[in-house]
Amino acid sequence: MSAPMLTLRRCCQRSALLLVARRQWSSSSAAPASLLSRCLLFFAQRYYDVEMVLSWKSKLERDQLRKKNLYYGYTERFYGPDIATAFYILSLRGGFRFVGQTEWFRTNSKGKFNWDFLNHKDTPVEEVDMSNTIINYTGLSNLERQRHLRTLKLQGCPEVDDWFLAGLHRFQDSLEELDISHCPRITAGGLAALRNLRGLKRLNVSSLPRISTPGLVIILLEEMLPQCQITADGYDFESSEERVETGR
Amino acid sequence: MCAWRRLHGSVRTLRGSLLRGCLSSTAATRRQPGRCGGLTLCQRLSTGGALRNDFFKDLEDQLAAMRKKAADALPGSSWMPFEINPNLPPETADIVIVGGGVVGWSIAYWLKQKERLPRGMRVLVVERDPSYSRASTVLSVGGIRQQFSLPENIYLSLASADFMRNINEHLSVMNEDPVDLQFNHSGYLFLASEEVAHIMEENYNTQRLAGAKVSLLSPQRVKENFPWINTEGVALASYGLENEGWFDPWSLLNAFRRKAISLGAIQCFGEVTDFKYTTHIRTTADEEQLETRRIKSVKVQMPNSMEYQPVECAIVVNAAGAYSGKLAEMLGIGRGPQDSIYGLPVPVEPRKRYVYVVHCPDGPGLDCPLLIDYSGVYFRREGLGGNYISGISPEEAEEPDTSNLEVDHQFFEDKVWPKLAHRVPAFEKLKVTSAWAGFYDYNTFDQNGIIGIHPLISNMYFATGFSGHGLQHSPAVGRAVAELILDGGFKTLNLKRMSFSRIFAQEPMLEQNIV
Repeated sequence: MSAPMLTLRRCCQRSALLLVARRQWSSSSAAPASLLSRCLLFFAQRYYDVEMVLSWKSKLERDQLRKKNLYYGYTERFYGPDIATAFYILSLRGGFRFVGQTEWFRTNSKGKFNWDFLNHKDTPVEEVDMSNTIINYTGLSNLERQRHLRTLKLQGCPEVDDWFLAGLHRFQDSLEELDISHCPRITAGGLAALRNLRGLKRLNVSSLPRISTPGLVIILLEEMLPQCQITADGYDFESSEERVETGR
Repeated sequence: MCAWRRLHGSVRTLRGSLLRGCLSSTAATRRQPGRCGGLTLCQRLSTGGALRNDFFKDLEDQLAAMRKKAADALPGSSWMPFEINPNLPPETADIVIVGGGVVGWSIAYWLKQKERLPRGMRVLVVERDPSYSRASTVLSVGGIRQQFSLPENIYLSLASADFMRNINEHLSVMNEDPVDLQFNHSGYLFLASEEVAHIMEENYNTQRLAGAKVSLLSPQRVKENFPWINTEGVALASYGLENEGWFDPWSLLNAFRRKAISLGAIQCFGEVTDFKYTTHIRTTADEEQLETRRIKSVKVQMPNSMEYQPVECAIVVNAAGAYSGKLAEMLGIGRGPQDSIYGLPVPVEPRKRYVYVVHCPDGPGLDCPLLIDYSGVYFRREGLGGNYISGISPEEAEEPDTSNLEVDHQFFEDKVWPKLAHRVPAFEKLKVTSAWAGFYDYNTFDQNGIIGIHPLISNMYFATGFSGHGLQHSPAVGRAVAELILDGGFKTLNLKRMSFSRIFAQEPMLEQNIV
């Protein structure tokens, strides 16, 4: 495939990703949709075939997401769970660091990665950076065997939601740092699930759009996890205080 | 320009005079000078006197009425020479689901989901309470847990949690907001005393075997994790790590309803008051006469009205919750001689349970689970403002009256508060802000659900008697009943043990819960 086609494809994927993210967490107060999507919606309400095409399109997107996040059982059978985890992380364009190593294994902008990680068999993974990837709850099963996982960065992941946070209880003994800032699907109910991570030392919950009362939630989180240092930027605390004043 | 305006103005006044024949107005309008006093003309235009006159408005109205009459006369319109009530259900339906709670709508959704031909089956859901003010679904505390002792219940809860995790894949409708259940993943914490600790350990093993993520905690660990609990008398605690918590039942009900209606299910508000059935008498191998009934039509009465509509149907699903027993009585179940199977009623009756909302400023924070004590009292956090929801199951002998939904506040003072304050010392200072009561569809036989066909009625399926667990099992139960109806047997979960046969054999399937 030529380079322009590749960039076009990646562009479409990223825009599809953003569309998914926007559709999922923004309700009617979102920015107005583009002309194309409004036209499609108009026709979909009047013609069955357009409705079918749109439902196929969304089903295709969901299937792609599911296929990317499948359990890498085949890899695990031949190379062991740690290599399977490493391969999964690299396939999703994330990065990781093995226990005892200092260098990070990452993909470049074209999605290509170095196969040197195959040399480190049976070395568990210590730090994982899956920011801006499409990891979801089923994909978390690929990281399940990592009992030495200390850092997990999930900044800006559109598919990380409350159920994903509830699934992090598997790492309750080892996890020390968690970064879930800018994830558009996390709500206060999911943050309550972080109570299982008793060993957590650093937590980043900046700019979570679906938290309506960030000040209160941050205080409750600090009470719930006393040993943890919580970073919460990107919230407009002053304007919410003003609203309280005028409401009285 | 002025000349044109003058001409326009004079034409209009002429028309006005023609229609209304009012000399005074024409005299008035003609009196205006016909020079480039276009300004005065415009001013008179804007005060709206004669000029944007009624002729055009009337003309528009009459044209619209004519268009409507023409459209009604053409074939394909729904005009009828006599008025009929648009709220009546259709005259025929394939499957009638009696009961529009979360179980009923879940069954409707799964039936529509599994039908192989689009709009190939007419599913009608009949609900008698349009405002859902007395429905058990919306009055529920809304918790979901996997900590049961029967494997069937654990599997049902696990499957329902899986459904809720992927709820937008199942229940999203195009161009509508995604479903938000407001699920709080806070888990359930069961506390056991010395006598029942061994039961809790057995249950823990069953739960882990079935795939539930539960952990056992010693009293010291409980005190470390939840310092606001008074662990006196606690020998063991069982804590759900995942897939447990509480959510908003109204959102789930509406999500099921919206998706089922978008797939073609029909909703009807009315009460089922009667059945028409045919009787079929067969001789068994032991030379006994067995009389079975087959429902031919269901009489649906409109709310607050004498109007009714008999709906001919092939299959009836009884998802009427607390009133399932009463519905089955209309078919004669339970009215026969006492020692035969005709005399055995469907053992589901309403039981009233109170729920109290309390406010305590120093109570547990974000990590507060749904705590169930071995004395039977339970509470959970509601929102982030220091409010909690609490209640207790009353003793068998002290069941409250089920004719209304009035709340007994003395019950809180006598039964709930002492145990609550004993378990959580911070709750000694609390204030009851609100309370409500709701009905359990209580299965008096063994407090577990009944799913399946009644042996005496060939085409009535039951999905009732869940005794407080209906909401958390509803997605999986809906799927099971749809499989029973459309595929002839259970395909994903084997719930054969939850059928009527255990009631006829008098073998209760009891939950070995510590509560």
